[in-house]
Amino acid sequence: MPAELYLNVAVGGVLTGLVYGLMALGLSVIFGVVRVVNFAHGEMMTIAMYIAVTLFTAFHLDPLVMLVPIAAVMFAFGYVLQTRLINPFITRPEYSQFLLLVAVAIIIVNLLLIAFGPDAQNVQTSYAYDSFQIGPLIIDATKLYAGLAAIVVAAALFGFFQYTRLGTAIRACADNYTGALVVGLDVKHLYALTFGLGAACVGAAGCMLLLIFDVTPAVGPAYTLLAFVIVITGGLGSMPGALIGGVLIGLTEAMAGLLFTPSAKSMFAFGILVLVLLFRPQGIMGKKTS
Amino acid sequence: MSALLSVSGVSKRFRGLVAVDRISFEVPESGIFAVIGPNGAGKTTLFNMIAGVFPADTGTITFAGERIDGLPPDRICRRGIGRTFQIVRPFPALSVEDNVIVGALLHRKRVNAARVYAHEVLRRLDLYDKRGQRASSLTLPDRKRLEVARALASDPKLLLLDEVMAGLRPTEMDRIVAILRELNRETGLTILLIEHVMRAVMALASRILVLHHGAAIAEGLPEQVMRDRAVIDSYLGVEAV
Amino acid sequence: MIARLIEGVPRRALALLGVLLAALVAAPLVAGDYLLTVLILILYFAYIGQAWNIMMGFAGQLSLGHALYVGLGAYTAASLNVHFGIGPWLGLLVSVPVAALAGAFIGFLAFRFRVAGVYFAILTIAVAEFARVGFDHLSWTSGSSGLFLPVAQFTHDDLWHLRGHPVMFYYILLTATVLAFLFCRALLQSRIGYFWRAIREDEEAARSTGIDVFHYKMIAVVISAAMTSFAGVIYAFYYNNLFPEQVFHISRSIEIILGPIVGGIGTLFGPILGAVVLTGLAETLTAALAAAGIDLPGAKQVFYGICLLLVITTLPDGVWPWVCKRIGLAERNK
Repeated sequence: MPAELYLNVAVGGVLTGLVYGLMALGLSVIFGVVRVVNFAHGEMMTIAMYIAVTLFTAFHLDPLVMLVPIAAVMFAFGYVLQTRLINPFITRPEYSQFLLLVAVAIIIVNLLLIAFGPDAQNVQTSYAYDSFQIGPLIIDATKLYAGLAAIVVAAALFGFFQYTRLGTAIRACADNYTGALVVGLDVKHLYALTFGLGAACVGAAGCMLLLIFDVTPAVGPAYTLLAFVIVITGGLGSMPGALIGGVLIGLTEAMAGLLFTPSAKSMFAFGILVLVLLFRPQGIMGKKTS
Repeated sequence: MSALLSVSGVSKRFRGLVAVDRISFEVPESGIFAVIGPNGAGKTTLFNMIAGVFPADTGTITFAGERIDGLPPDRICRRGIGRTFQIVRPFPALSVEDNVIVGALLHRKRVNAARVYAHEVLRRLDLYDKRGQRASSLTLPDRKRLEVARALASDPKLLLLDEVMAGLRPTEMDRIVAILRELNRETGLTILLIEHVMRAVMALASRILVLHHGAAIAEGLPEQVMRDRAVIDSYLGVEAV
Repeated sequence: MIARLIEGVPRRALALLGVLLAALVAAPLVAGDYLLTVLILILYFAYIGQAWNIMMGFAGQLSLGHALYVGLGAYTAASLNVHFGIGPWLGLLVSVPVAALAGAFIGFLAFRFRVAGVYFAILTIAVAEFARVGFDHLSWTSGSSGLFLPVAQFTHDDLWHLRGHPVMFYYILLTATVLAFLFCRALLQSRIGYFWRAIREDEEAARSTGIDVFHYKMIAVVISAAMTSFAGVIYAFYYNNLFPEQVFHISRSIEIILGPIVGGIGTLFGPILGAVVLTGLAETLTAALAAAGIDLPGAKQVFYGICLLLVITTLPDGVWPWVCKRIGLAERNK
């Protein structure tokens, strides 16, 4: 196979990986602050994807254009979920929280199945088949826009945590729960905000992914697992790690799809997960926990 | 009396902080040996190395003539060293009886035999009447005695006690001291304890090691150590003498 | 030995158990075809639930990939049958070691490298998914197009080849569930059972009392995997077709854990009660919907999800401990 093909596929993989990274970023943020393992992450993204599909089918609204409103809706969803359901579980054993979100995930997937049916749906934007040519590189327009959007949103999120008061307050909560309480921070509210932000991330990522892939209710669990692989590979609780992990997985997936059969590409993601869990459980960027 | 436990040149660093600095001492068989010192002196770190929680950086630890440094906690227990924890850790959802049965099962294959022995141990530790209660529902003094019972049930030759007197009222403390002395007298159980409560130390110990900033600053008979200048300055204070 | 198994059990409980057992034995005589299939499903989940419960309820290891062992058991026995004509009971002799090996592999990876809690659960999910995709591409087992067992016309029940009327499967699963129940009870009361409970409560403290934690966790995983594979063999010969997409899917793994969680993790009767409640209610729901002419694929799963949610939030220890308190049965050995 010609070298250009490898390069094109690789670039496509990196761009897709950036979106994966954004999705995983939401998971990482939630875990890093609220310390909850959000097993309904991919399912939440599927909700966003279906909202985008519906809006596109009904009103021809581009998912990227609808990114902000959809992210806002997901933010609200995440906020309410955290305050109403998850908050009492902060002090419960880990597996309890995990199973709670498993339950939420099952409910979401199957409600979507009932509402939208099992068939794949997608959006065909006006630029769905466009591509850009830079020298020997041919880049799909959809992937390029999605990747760029992912970078923008991720940068906005970094900026929020680094430079705003609210962002700093949230980071304080993550660092030292009791300290934050003592200083007078409304931790419950901040936790809910963080969960909302994570949900918004995933909502935005969903809009971007819709440009590249179809959506069925079944992709929810698949994306949840993918998000976990990325976050564990990159380092649980590390924001840069999520993006790096995302790019790594996107690249691996794309190359595996090219070199082996496309349907086997998820096996590589899981292979990586097993290797990471065994040899560097704190991930690429993570800190070793005791 | 030969040394049951022999610690030689043991050190531990945590990333630049020297927690334990070349400590050496011997615990004679059937003796009661106390390690005292201010907080952060390295006492629990020393204990954890003996108990196998983490390995020493330098030095050797010998028990009953065999090297035990570097062995994991369960192997060390099987060699004959039992321990309690500074922050009590009984098995919360198990009953008092079941907690001790777990200990007794180490050297007994049959649960019935273990239960019989567990009852004996519980009687000695004054916990027999509460044997059916959940461990998590016990008061702190009872939980401490439960941990001692559980450790004893595994038939240790050496018992490591980590600040077992902390948080106990004087009457409670005297009770445990009496039980420990009785055990030592009747069964020859060797005891190595970390303690802050000097009243208990003086009542129990035949020899004391004083640590400060990870190093040994005094070792010897209680009367000597209590009068040692360095010990008074760094830890006891003049009023204690 | 029987005496040891029933020691400490209140008479009322024994009486109730006896009545229940009698009812179950007699059930096929009065149950119609549909009810029989529901009962078979209940027993299937009751059995696997108990096997899973050994790993989680006894030894504290959360496995969310138990469908792996069902699938391995099913595919091993089925492909041996299809390719070499080997009967299921002989196939079981291969299925069980295969599943046990898989369990040992996962256990070794996890426990040697201190992978615990949620990470362990994710590892089990990953391995099951790996198997799902892997078997899709495995031509010896016909990959994604499915492995089909020859369904010959039967005139009588053939126990050796597991060909026959559903009633035969019912009694096999009933026997298996009862034996599993007794086995679990015996395990809990044994030395291993005490060590498992200690490990579940506090691993470090367990180590300090001399328990070789790695060793006993491995035993739990291997026993659990081996027991589960038997259910897989039954599954293969009952449904007569296997698709990797279905058999190894994470939904199967979640269905497996629902019974024990709703019923009560770590209790003896929990998985059985959970299977009865969940499967019974779910099938009732499906039947009701069908009767009303509504076809909602996914309704059953939503129901499962809601049940799980309700149990986790309101009765975290499961329904069985709550029932025990209500009817005054203090389960001592749980």
